[in-house]
Amino acid sequence: MLKDITLGQYFPGNTVIHRLDPRTKLLWVVLFIVGLFQANGWAGYALVLLVTALVMALGHIRPKNIFKGLRPMLFIIILTAALNLFYTSGTPVRPGWIVTWEGIARAVKMILRIVLLIAGTFLLTYTTSPMALTDGMERLLSPLKKLHFPVHEMTLMMSMALRFIPTLIEETDKIMSAQKARGADFENGSLIQRAKALLPILVPLFVSAFRRADELAVAMESRCYHGGEGRTRLKQLVMARRDWIALALGLLFLAAINVLRHFGL
Amino acid sequence: MSEIIVEELRHVYSAGTPFEKTAIENISLRIPQGQFVGLLGHTGSGKSTFVQHLNALLQPSSGRVLVGGTDINKDKKTRHDVKWQVGLVFQYPEYQLFEETVFADIAFGPKNMGLGREEIEERVREAAGFVGIEEKLFNESPLELSGGQKRRVAIAGVIAMRPGVLILDEPTAGLDPAGCRQIMENIRAYQRQSGATVLIVSHNMDDAARSCGRLIVFDHGRVAMDGTPEEVFSRPRELISIGLAVPQATALAMELRALGVKLPEAIYTHEQLLAAVKEVRGC
Ligand SMILES: Nc1ncnc2c1ncn2[C@@H]1O[C@H](COP(=O)(O)OP(=O)(O)OP(=O)(O)O)[C@@H](O)[C@H]1O
Ligand SMILES: [Mg+2]
Repeated sequence: MLKDITLGQYFPGNTVIHRLDPRTKLLWVVLFIVGLFQANGWAGYALVLLVTALVMALGHIRPKNIFKGLRPMLFIIILTAALNLFYTSGTPVRPGWIVTWEGIARAVKMILRIVLLIAGTFLLTYTTSPMALTDGMERLLSPLKKLHFPVHEMTLMMSMALRFIPTLIEETDKIMSAQKARGADFENGSLIQRAKALLPILVPLFVSAFRRADELAVAMESRCYHGGEGRTRLKQLVMARRDWIALALGLLFLAAINVLRHFGL
Repeated sequence: MSEIIVEELRHVYSAGTPFEKTAIENISLRIPQGQFVGLLGHTGSGKSTFVQHLNALLQPSSGRVLVGGTDINKDKKTRHDVKWQVGLVFQYPEYQLFEETVFADIAFGPKNMGLGREEIEERVREAAGFVGIEEKLFNESPLELSGGQKRRVAIAGVIAMRPGVLILDEPTAGLDPAGCRQIMENIRAYQRQSGATVLIVSHNMDDAARSCGRLIVFDHGRVAMDGTPEEVFSRPRELISIGLAVPQATALAMELRALGVKLPEAIYTHEQLLAAVKEVRGC
């Protein structure tokens, strides 16, 4: 079933990580990614790995869920690893082999880097509801409003897209079943035949997506929606003490990575 | 022949995840060729899940489904080919229309069967005739028809495959009374003329009472009752306790009996009630 795809899914919960302000978590992800790309020695990678494991434990996110999300990226991960394995010069593992010790080290680091990058962003979406996420983003980007950048409109678009992804997936499932009941075959045939077979899904899907968009627009207008200007919020975001502590830890993490990097560890 | 045999059917959605949900279990049924069966049940009782097993759109978590003696989930080919034998019209089928013309949309099923052009044309005309779509609409875009017309085109798209078993999931949902009546009549006419088995999922007790020779009542994923309309509607209390109702005529007859009017037991259509009342008044 299409529905079983984990697509930046949210796992509701009430752990420390869940309760952090979305802004804190967004900033943490930025710090995390910068740290991850600065790490170049094994000690640095170990630290990033440790931090990831710690957040997973605190947020009650099982490794299984992270690995499930990694599956669609498997091809890219393997390809990158293979390229690094075969195209890094250095001392061959055995005389005459193309695979070098340096290549192995680079491949392993590359895999770690991609896996950790994805794991970090998954931890954010697993522990933060889409609404909180876009709220946090809007607040973080709000200085850009001074430059007439449509921050509110952008984040509204994002939250709508997030809101409608499950609906559209469900709808695709339904339309696919209905066409299968009329003997449509999506699995066999040549590439062209299979591309053609998508038409009976895409047409109804687009028709219904436009209908939904239309209905949503009417619903918003009839409730007097008029853009972001002067809007107040039901749920105010407040930075608590734990948020400041978390941010301090984030900076500490980045500093530690840089110290390790300085010593080539 | 397309006799349907269902053995110990069970279906679990999203098995192995936190969202695991057993939709139907312990369902064993035999539906002989030619029956007109109504499937009743409250929202979420598993009717749609059940019917999607009959043409192998869903695979059982355990149990078997046999159509005409073969296990339809035996291999990929039987799973695919059973669609010609068992035609399924989904709830709100008008959302699946996609072709440029009404004709092409009705022809989609027959075309997938690999039939020749003439055969397809004959079937499209016949199917359109059954649901009352006139030939002058054949070149219109199906997206520009009225809701009721779209519904008929979608039903014709399944009838055009000439399935030995026709299943319709709430075919009258969201239509006006005249539209409902017409569609039910079309389906009855199709059943009479083709001798097909018809399974119809419905929330409308009056429709079920009028059209069906057999009613199967679902409750929380299990079969709660299975019998003729007389048998099922003679247990109004059970029906009401699982969130259903009796036909209006039956309800009215019950009230009349409570007032002391002597009426016979089996009353579930308006015609029967009228006849019984006439009898009592001696005219
Ligand atoms: N794709 C799905 N994934 C997970 N659960 C599902 C799915 N489809 C249905 N269910 C669940 O299975 C149960 C039975 O659903 P089903 O659609 O078969 O009921 P129904 O009798 O057809 O209801 P209705 O009268 O509302 O159409 C419900 O509890 C529903 O939530
Ligand atoms: Mg249903």
